[in-house]
Amino acid sequence: MAIFEYDFMRRAFAVGLLLAVIIPCIGIIIVLKRLSMIGDALSHSSLAGVAAGLIMGINPIVGAGAACIIAALGIEGIRKKLPKYSEMSIAIVMSASIGLAGVLSGLVKNAANFNSFLFGSIVAISDFEMILVVCVSFAVMAAFVLLYKELFYVALDERAARIAGVPVRSVNFIFTVLTAVTVAVASRTVGALIVSAMMVVPTACAMQFGKSYKQTVLFSIAFAVAFTVIGLFLSYYARLKPGGTIVLTGVLCFLLILLAKKIAASLAAIGNGA
Amino acid sequence: MPDAIRLPDAVRADNLSFQYGDEPVFSHIGFSLRRGDFAAVLGANGSGKSTLLRLILGELVPASGGVLLFGKDAQHFDEWHKVGYLAQNGLASGANFPATAEEIVTANLFSRIGFMRFTKRVHREKAREALYRVGMSAYAGRMLGSLSGGQRQRVLLARVLVSEPELLLLDEPTNGVDAETVASLLALLSRLNREDGLTIAMVTHDIARASEYVSRILCLEYGSMVELDRSQLEEELSHRHKHPARP
Repeated sequence: MAIFEYDFMRRAFAVGLLLAVIIPCIGIIIVLKRLSMIGDALSHSSLAGVAAGLIMGINPIVGAGAACIIAALGIEGIRKKLPKYSEMSIAIVMSASIGLAGVLSGLVKNAANFNSFLFGSIVAISDFEMILVVCVSFAVMAAFVLLYKELFYVALDERAARIAGVPVRSVNFIFTVLTAVTVAVASRTVGALIVSAMMVVPTACAMQFGKSYKQTVLFSIAFAVAFTVIGLFLSYYARLKPGGTIVLTGVLCFLLILLAKKIAASLAAIGNGA
Repeated sequence: MPDAIRLPDAVRADNLSFQYGDEPVFSHIGFSLRRGDFAAVLGANGSGKSTLLRLILGELVPASGGVLLFGKDAQHFDEWHKVGYLAQNGLASGANFPATAEEIVTANLFSRIGFMRFTKRVHREKAREALYRVGMSAYAGRMLGSLSGGQRQRVLLARVLVSEPELLLLDEPTNGVDAETVASLLALLSRLNREDGLTIAMVTHDIARASEYVSRILCLEYGSMVELDRSQLEEELSHRHKHPARP
């Protein structure tokens, strides 16, 4: 196929598929902990880190990673101080991140480079970024598999998990760091403004079909992979921005699933009435 | 022949006080739950029943006194596999969590499986056994969201039982459950108490029904705790029994 004759497209598929596996692994826990907005807050933090990295002359992804880890730990810290208003911690960190990103972006000399992080540039991945994505992806996959039952129990019922002996604080800390590094590397590829959608939409689709937690996890990954492949093909042939196309594919699929379920329910009701 | 060594009480509270900010909840209360007790804990809303359970679980720090769990200070207790706790609202994450009954019960086998270890067939069989004990084995593969309120409570009870605790702390386990299910849940708890020797402390408002099954009735009101005997039960139901701090 012509699309695979180009090295940048082969890289885009490799990076896109790796991220399509790890983003839903993080996303499902975030959704089940009812912290869907955390992806948004961290992606804005990553922008502040990108700007800081560009100003200081270090790799923007490294800057984004550091900013995301600080922001994620900040969210956890505020959550602990205000347990009854955990959503507020996300809003506070997001506001601070937007403010910081806004101020620092004004000091960046190469505005085009900064803007590429807003919507991602999966077809312009450097060797270093490729290695970073591969390392982060395998680290996240390994951690998710090893902590599978711990993350499940903490998402299900943090208090019961603690009583059962799960080291909840350590598990939450590791998960926070995993979320931060995932958002940081994804901001370069699918884009900082889009990564949170990639965390939530595949999970939302999977929850319509999953008959167990395990199935829901596997379906989330399958949906994310499908959205990425379809999105990359569409973006290549229709000359669209890849990050946005991938997310719009996912959202369209989710709406179609809801519509199909509604129609199926209506037909079943008619069938029962007849 | 020497006297048999007496095992420490499952729960022992001495001189226990707790306050939220400047608002005292209860002051200098004391009680013990002997092994094999099935105790109902009564009291009006806001009397501190759930707070008492949280103190037993070591989640709150008392203003004075302390709680001993199996002879050890609850604040430094580390044998949590001996304790099963069923929270007031069942699941913190809600009834629509995408997981099967078996997955939810297996989660509580953490201390047996170990940190970063994988669940094996033997653990899943243990979970199915626990579901069988609460009459839910036919629903092992069903999603939690597809179960009724009473069935969900049974699954959560199986989750607590699977780790084979010696002490069960239940915070209004019959809340929001229909009358028929309440009776079967209470009968199940009574059987676990009699046949398996489980020590149970159950916070409840439904003393009229629970009194048929429990062996002790503790009442927490007006900042003090008293134990009621059967003859005082009628008075409790009409709120006429005496509390030291009753106005």
